[in-house]
Amino acid sequence: MNNNKNKKRRKQQLVKAGMVILFIGLAVLILIPIYAIFLASFKPGGMLVQYGLNLDIDFKQMSLNNYIVMFFGKHEYWRWFFNSIFLTVATVILTLLVSAFVGYGFAAYDFKGKNILFVCVLIILSIPLEVVMLPLYKQMSEWKIMNSYTAIALPFLAHASTIFFFRQYLMGLPKSLLEAGRIDGATEYGIFFRIIVPIMKPAFAAMAILNGMNSWNNYLWPLLVIRSSEKYTLTLGLNTLLNPYGNNYDLLIVGSFFSIVPIFILFVCFQRYFIEGMTAGAVKG
Amino acid sequence: MFKKFFYSQKIAPYVFILPFLLTFLCFWIVPISNGVLLSFQDVLKDKWVGAKNYQRLLTDKIFFKAIFHSVRYMIGTLVLLIPFPMLFASLLNSKLMKKPGLFKSIYFIPALTSVVVAGIIFRLMFGELDSSLANRVLTLLGESPIKWLHGELTSFFALLLLCCWRWTGVNILYFTAGLQSISTELFEAASIDGANAWQQFTRISFPLLKPTTIYVVTISIYAGLSMFTESYMLWAGKNSPNNVGLTIVGYLYRQGIEKRALGYACAVGLVLLIIIMFINIIQLILNGTFKKEER
Repeated sequence: MNNNKNKKRRKQQLVKAGMVILFIGLAVLILIPIYAIFLASFKPGGMLVQYGLNLDIDFKQMSLNNYIVMFFGKHEYWRWFFNSIFLTVATVILTLLVSAFVGYGFAAYDFKGKNILFVCVLIILSIPLEVVMLPLYKQMSEWKIMNSYTAIALPFLAHASTIFFFRQYLMGLPKSLLEAGRIDGATEYGIFFRIIVPIMKPAFAAMAILNGMNSWNNYLWPLLVIRSSEKYTLTLGLNTLLNPYGNNYDLLIVGSFFSIVPIFILFVCFQRYFIEGMTAGAVKG
Repeated sequence: MFKKFFYSQKIAPYVFILPFLLTFLCFWIVPISNGVLLSFQDVLKDKWVGAKNYQRLLTDKIFFKAIFHSVRYMIGTLVLLIPFPMLFASLLNSKLMKKPGLFKSIYFIPALTSVVVAGIIFRLMFGELDSSLANRVLTLLGESPIKWLHGELTSFFALLLLCCWRWTGVNILYFTAGLQSISTELFEAASIDGANAWQQFTRISFPLLKPTTIYVVTISIYAGLSMFTESYMLWAGKNSPNNVGLTIVGYLYRQGIEKRALGYACAVGLVLLIIIMFINIIQLILNGTFKKEER
């Protein structure tokens, strides 16, 4: 009897050890590319062109030179960086406001055509932007708003997945809350701005992070829309540094590495909201 | 009068929905309709050409190659990015594992990087130089270095690895969220009845994870079929040798933007849309979403 119990415990310990090894191994594999570019940010660009990206450490060659170039050199990096920050902040604020407005409409009211309209939201959810991007691109140039941040953001302010999330979030809302507002003499819009918006804070946080991440990392649509280099976002700008001559590799690598930093800091501070935002659609199906 | 109308409880819902309605009409219905119209035109010469673009598509070997690559990539991501993350999530969720949160956070880090940065890293890791990381690994395994991004299968491998690197952590999160909505009592009861870990996984976790699995499968299908930026970045915006990295959207981009054959590119886009809508309808029927919303 005792022997059997011991055996079982030994087996459990073995399983535990195996799992720890598995997950640590996976973590190492996943961190290797990040570690490689972190190392490379200290290596001269010429070394990358000559040897490629690897995990070699050669203290004689490595220096803070790239960082000095990034912070004090003459280039457009910081302009791209602040363009991206501006665009991300503006997009997030407007998207949240517009999408919450719509999401509330879907959650709080019963009206004619509601179901069919909601099916439209679901349909958009499933159409990748890539399918409509060319006609949309043509339309933007016909509207004469090409090469502007308006063209990047406007088509996606009423953002289907964000609307869906807000709608789900507000579905559980007691209708008596709205009635109470009405009795107090608030208008329908007053109810939204004074009563609903304040209680949506956690939902806003989750969606702010998700939309912010998407906007910061957005590439394909800005690539089509933006023409002039002074309007480049960080992703567009970084890509222009990737050319076969390698004369910009100093900045490319350190700049790429540094572009992860703001998102990473947000992630460390607001991890819960990242996870909530990412997994919002999955559980409810 | 107007004010009363605007503030009435009957009209208010439509005001709330209006931004979506406008977006839907202006940025989805209009472009899709335009896309349909454009696909029957030669846009550069500004004339109608009937079904010529579609006829050309049917005999375009490069287009079929692109479809093949997209479908292969999609299947690859389904095979790698559903079962493994599900298993990892179950293991991390079991009481045996210490600090599951830390591991989940680490696995999530790649999702924070943009495709551009991820593409730059993988392009350089899979460089043709003998001392680039991928070739170093090959050398360690006793093989000789190769030109990764020139071969059909090796570049497929690089693309898949890039995708797995970015999405394993996210899918683990999806499945963890699904697992946490399953009551722990079920596992406890099964455990008392003598079910081992594997039985608990196949009999409880797997069936109850169905909604999550359907969701992850769906987004993987869409993302897989419309993949473009990853391959665009791996080959630094240029055509890959022998089109080894060409996807449907890549072909759409090449025709529409680089060759300015907008009509032909729109035909490509519509084929993709039809494939996706087809999958979408099957998925909605299987999922019973139509019934759920009409309730």
